[in-house]
Amino acid sequence: MRTYRRPDPAVLPPNDHPPYRSTALRHPREPLVIIPQTLSELTGPVYGHQAPGPLDHDLTRQHPGAPLGERIVVAGRVLDEDDRPVSDTVVEVWQANAAGRYAHRADTHDASVDPNFSGAGRVRTNGAGRFRFVTIKPGAYPWQNHENAWRPAHIHFSVFGPSFLTRLVTQMYFPGDPLLGLDPIFNAVPDVDARHRLVARFDLAETEPGVALGYRFDIVLRGRDETPREE
Amino acid sequence: MARTLTPWQTVGPFFDVLLRHDRVSPAVTDVPGARIRIQGVVRDGAGTSVPDAMLEFWQPDPEGRWAHPDESRGPAMDGFGGYGRCATDGEGRFRFETIRPGQTPGPGGATQAAHLLVGLFARGLFTRLVTRIYLGDGPGLGADPVLSRVPAARRATLIASADGAGEYIHDLYLQGPQETVFFDV
Ligand SMILES: [Fe+3]
Repeated sequence: MRTYRRPDPAVLPPNDHPPYRSTALRHPREPLVIIPQTLSELTGPVYGHQAPGPLDHDLTRQHPGAPLGERIVVAGRVLDEDDRPVSDTVVEVWQANAAGRYAHRADTHDASVDPNFSGAGRVRTNGAGRFRFVTIKPGAYPWQNHENAWRPAHIHFSVFGPSFLTRLVTQMYFPGDPLLGLDPIFNAVPDVDARHRLVARFDLAETEPGVALGYRFDIVLRGRDETPREE
Repeated sequence: MARTLTPWQTVGPFFDVLLRHDRVSPAVTDVPGARIRIQGVVRDGAGTSVPDAMLEFWQPDPEGRWAHPDESRGPAMDGFGGYGRCATDGEGRFRFETIRPGQTPGPGGATQAAHLLVGLFARGLFTRLVTRIYLGDGPGLGADPVLSRVPAARRATLIASADGAGEYIHDLYLQGPQETVFFDV
């Protein structure tokens, strides 16, 4: 079996990152122990956790009423570093509602809860690695990191890929958001180009005319080494 | 290499929104094999419990076969998926029920002792931390090719202690004197 390339450190936010206060007591101080990629890591939950249901990709149709907010389409492809589509893998999303509040007991932001919006979805990529969600544009929300701190509007993404090593959890942001420059989480990605891959692109072609504006977000997972590992 | 990797971002504190839609629990109910339960607490560098961590588990079936297309030794047991996940509760506790994993092949013809892979996510962590949970009463720990890469003094942080029939205790420390071993893989 072919192993996976190790990520370029310029793409990985450091787990010790003082501007994001919560990292202080939560990052390991000991160096990570380098181990070979064994069959344990080269396999993984390919098909994700479970088969997505027929409406799981549409976060606007999970309740009797329509959620408040601006309806949007978020579509893209899951690829690997070698530009190969990652097909039949589960992509999951979760997000705040249009007012910037999560359907979560620990979210104390004083903004409206929307009874018609849970904010979670999942979909499986097709043979070309393509996925598509229908949702509403999430609101920005305040957090306690520093004085007058606000998270830019974002959608959390979770992707499995073909092995345990291709797992990715990230956040998608929106173009032109004035909060991006101020956000210690977004700005923790060392490489500027890599950082801006987290910003979706407005794409008229993904728009559903009269219904929802479209955004395009492509996701790139770890690719494999050229040569098989020795057994 | 044609494309740049998509960077990681933290799961943040609100991933429960996603987990509550899980329609299957981590418990494997309809597969033959010895049931086991692993429980523990996730703690930070001040020893404070972490109430907003998510753990993912990946393991082989009782015969050591992975439910994956690249498993060349025959398919895993019918109905066995090998993947589960859970969140810590308000006191940082997690509890994971599954069946006992078998031993699996390692590099160079070695045999790996029974283990589960663990991905640990939390608010305050940008990336997933990767570790393993070995079963403390299982065979082959002394010859395990991954454990042997770990400084001897820290190996215990990867081994769950047996606490009665099928019960294991395993605490995870993100930082501090008892810091769990995390892997670069
Ligand atoms: Fe968030």
